[in-house]
Amino acid sequence: MEPTNTGHPDYFHKVVDCQWACPAHTDVPEYIRLIAQGRFTDAYLVNRKSNVFPGILGRVCDRPCEPACRRTRVEEKPVAICRLKRVAADQRDDVTPLLPKVPQLKNGKRIACVGAGCASLTVANDLLPLGYEITMFEQWGQAGGLMRTNIPSFRLPAQVLNEEIAMIVDRGVDLQLGARIESMQKLLSDGGFDAVFVGTGAPKGKELDLPGRKEGTANIHVGIDWLESLAFGHVDSIGKRVLIIGVGNTAMDCCRSSLRLGAADVKVMARKPRQYFKASAWELEDAEEERVEIVVNHSPRRFVLENGRLTGMVFDVLEYELDAAGRITSERVLREEFIAADDVILAIGQENAFPWIERDLGIEFDVWDVPKVDVKTFQSTRAGVFFGGDSAFGPKNIIWAVEHGHQAAISIHNHCQGKALDVRLAPGVNLQSRKMGMHEWSYANDYNPAERRLMPHVSLKERFKKIDIEVELGFTAEQVVAEVQRCLNCDVQTVFAAKLCIECDACIDICPVDCLTMTPNGTETELRGRLKAPATNLTQALYVSEPLKFTQRVMVKDEDLCVHCGLCAERCPTAAWDMQKSTIQWPHAVDGTEADQKAQPRVA
Amino acid sequence: MTFLAKPKVRHPSLPKNSLGLTRRDYEGSMSTLCAGCGHDSITAAVIEACWGLALEPQNLVKLSGIGCSSKTTAYFVGGGHGFNSVHGRMPSIAMGANAANRDLTYIGVSGDGDTLSIGLGQFCHAIRRNLNMLYIIENNGVYGLTKGQFSASADVGTQAKRGEVNRQPPIDPVLLALTLGAPFVARSFSGDKQQLVPLIQAGIRHRGFAMIDVLSPCVTFNDHEGSTKSYAYAREHYDPAVNADFVPFAREITADYSAGESLPIVMHDGSRIVLKKIAPDYDPTDRIAAMAKIQAGMRRQEFLTGMLYLGRGDREFHDLNEMPQTPLNAIPYGQLTPGSKGLDKILARFR
Ligand SMILES: Cc1cc2nc3c(=O)[nH]c(=O)nc-3n(C[C@H](O)[C@H](O)[C@H](O)COP(=O)(O)OP(=O)(O)OC[C@H]3O[C@@H](n4cnc5c(N)ncnc54)[C@H](O)[C@@H]3O)c2cc1C
Ligand SMILES: Cc1ncc(C[n+]2csc(CCOP(=O)(O)OP(=O)(O)O)c2C)c(N)n1
Ligand code: SF4
Ligand code: SF4
Ligand code: SF4
Ligand SMILES: [Mg+2]
Repeated sequence: MEPTNTGHPDYFHKVVDCQWACPAHTDVPEYIRLIAQGRFTDAYLVNRKSNVFPGILGRVCDRPCEPACRRTRVEEKPVAICRLKRVAADQRDDVTPLLPKVPQLKNGKRIACVGAGCASLTVANDLLPLGYEITMFEQWGQAGGLMRTNIPSFRLPAQVLNEEIAMIVDRGVDLQLGARIESMQKLLSDGGFDAVFVGTGAPKGKELDLPGRKEGTANIHVGIDWLESLAFGHVDSIGKRVLIIGVGNTAMDCCRSSLRLGAADVKVMARKPRQYFKASAWELEDAEEERVEIVVNHSPRRFVLENGRLTGMVFDVLEYELDAAGRITSERVLREEFIAADDVILAIGQENAFPWIERDLGIEFDVWDVPKVDVKTFQSTRAGVFFGGDSAFGPKNIIWAVEHGHQAAISIHNHCQGKALDVRLAPGVNLQSRKMGMHEWSYANDYNPAERRLMPHVSLKERFKKIDIEVELGFTAEQVVAEVQRCLNCDVQTVFAAKLCIECDACIDICPVDCLTMTPNGTETELRGRLKAPATNLTQALYVSEPLKFTQRVMVKDEDLCVHCGLCAERCPTAAWDMQKSTIQWPHAVDGTEADQKAQPRVA
Repeated sequence: MTFLAKPKVRHPSLPKNSLGLTRRDYEGSMSTLCAGCGHDSITAAVIEACWGLALEPQNLVKLSGIGCSSKTTAYFVGGGHGFNSVHGRMPSIAMGANAANRDLTYIGVSGDGDTLSIGLGQFCHAIRRNLNMLYIIENNGVYGLTKGQFSASADVGTQAKRGEVNRQPPIDPVLLALTLGAPFVARSFSGDKQQLVPLIQAGIRHRGFAMIDVLSPCVTFNDHEGSTKSYAYAREHYDPAVNADFVPFAREITADYSAGESLPIVMHDGSRIVLKKIAPDYDPTDRIAAMAKIQAGMRRQEFLTGMLYLGRGDREFHDLNEMPQTPLNAIPYGQLTPGSKGLDKILARFR
């Protein structure tokens, strides 16, 4: 193999599994170390730079980082990355004076954001410091989008939401509430905007057209609409027996909300076996802790009514055949089953809907009536009109909406400056040694065998008393101390200088997880097979050195299981290995383009 | 040294031996040697070898004298028995222990100073008695522990770190062992585990005295230009003559050994050492020829390594002294001593 090009900005980025998996590329290990040092405000700001809503995301993020966490490869459970984010948010001081300054003097460009969800708010967050004037149109009386209308307050308290939205809006957004945009044509022709960002989400809940749907409609609810009514106080009760159809995250919020409105018997009805559930594992756990019953292999057939009133539903009970890989190869119906219910909530998905965008504006829609949006620039087929968040590619989650917002902001900035949208600053990487002395590193390199801490919850007795009691209490100080030490510091990279190595084997012998080998060079497949421990995880790179000076062998490191303990570097008599912090530069609108950077060199 | 102990976390796919143990289970306490010391690599090789043989840790006895090298017995097989003797006196302790319990496995680790300077007499007599043990010399040409004075293995003309030159001729442990009739004589290099691990395994399984002289650079006091025991010098002058593959009793020989180039030698327990000749005209079963070749190599500044001599069917200490099969420490006291009446009878023979 050729020597690894560690200068490529993705190489060390991928080693930081969580940061690579995070759509917004949050520097997770850095903020965890800051928390360990008690620097909560700094930890918050590291987060905010990438993910804009640390307090919100520290509670309800979909956390794609956690399944990616390296810790799962050396022990069972990932670091509680999300929970630690909440620690930073809960313990921080006032950050308003520390946020990027918004200039008094505007740059003369006006941007319209349609919708006040997390995608639009991110666009505003990124463009305000550059002097843009932002007008945000929101149909409801409050900003926040689904975070406000759908995520229940027992998971996400209103105060947390309000604070983080205020951090953006209060810095100079012209927020127009109760201002639904009814015509894109009108907005484009009369608004006088230089660019329009559509962040209207995926607002339409999917229907279930089965016999009895129309007749029973008084007791059959579309999940996301029902949650919205609940958030705005239009609903305050539900029947004793409730069936939730579907087993995604919306279903989890519906079942737990039902319990808080007085339901006693709540069943979540799933078509497929458990391993196919869309809901996150922790949401399922939380629902089951509240005694929600999850019923598998039940496919809805029809609603049953008596005297015009819903009494329950009939389901097909299914049986599946799976192949060795666990894929469903066939299904068959065993029997029908009636399950009694007073109310049914449909939680089977969401769709985009753009009744307010005329189809003759040059904004093209595809066969599914979804706008055609460029995956990199987020521009529609009409120049100056951008989409992001759930409105761009269908429902995802908050952190994806945020990253869409960041990328759209870069495009809008380019567009308004008359630059090509694809002239974007490339990501970069900076490396800095963490060596302080003979055996001293400026990070805690000892592997800590502590197990993942469990989030303490409000007791089952207390939590149902009011609808907005936050169930998760947050980590205690002791839990924080233990949990931060579980982080493996994957951003403190092992960096190798072949010309210094005297091939003494010290690093090879000390590495606790056998990731290092000196061997004659070969193809990747050959090398993977002949390492000290075979490198079978193909998603993880091999780090291959230049030829070594005595034997012309190469030093190969399997990045898969390295626990970044630094022992290789401590043991190396010639400092051929060093531990260096990689700082990934993931560009945002404020960073400008390469040309701007050349004009104004920044010191990292 | 490192201040952090190697953490217990391990590669999840680390293989287990027939006892269900991984290589990590054969580690000892944290090494306090200098970072990059060759001795640590030898420790790693011993760990690998013991794991591969599925040695039961409690059946292993680790013996040593004094020196950095001698400290290393603490760094492998933490579950074994250990004895750190007085400087140069490890063979006496090994002798006594072995005499009392022939059923255990004995590994002695010593340095060039411990063996060839202060302990030379002890070393020679252990060979003469054909003590059943593996004797590893971690050879760095200096007294590492006492800050790098020349040892008895330092070559003529070799330069110390501060510049003084050695004028006294070296004692070569391989030639010495061959002269004294050692049945198993090998040489290796700490930087070549592929060669060293099977040699250690063969040495452990071999019945009788097995000696491996392992070149093991001292990074702190003898790894500079002008040294003949540095990493650089070793890499340049290193010349494998005969490598050995160790094949445990239970396993079939699967590798393809071309005739003439390889020679399987069956050991007392049925396991085999397959000698693989690298130098075509080297015969590792001919003691006199081997000595000549090694000496000729030395003249050319070539450092012949591998299984340099392996004799057959030698009788070890217990055979030579017609000792019982049962270890002495397992024989009841009454049977072991003649008693006062028995003693009188014996003495009567001399009256
Ligand atoms: C029940 C439920 C639970 C969820 N839980 C989580 C979770 O725990 N974690 C997570 O990461 N994600 C979760 N999600 C998904 C997440 O909420 C969305 O992916 C995210 O909010 C999308 O953000 P957005 O800015 O694209 O749109 P939205 O948040 O949908 O915001 C769009 C805004 O636009 C407004 N709007 C729409 N049309 C117009 C118009 N014509 N004129 C003016 N205003 C308009 C809407 O009123 C809304 O305020 C959940 C979703 C649901 C439905
Ligand atoms: C009886 C006695 N004499 C001298 C010493 C001092 N001493 C300690 S270690 C050592 C030499 C060790 O050299 P070597 O065996 O080569 O070990 P290394 O440190 O090089 O591995 C000496 C002379 C001693 N401990 N005891
Ligand atoms: S930091 Fe070095 S010694 Fe530690 S696990 Fe990674 S490669 Fe191995
Ligand atoms: S410890 Fe340093 S000098 Fe020794 S083999 Fe490893 S990288 Fe090379
Ligand atoms: S002094 Fe030399 S022999 Fe002793 S530990 Fe250090 S490098 Fe090894
Ligand atoms: Mg020595």
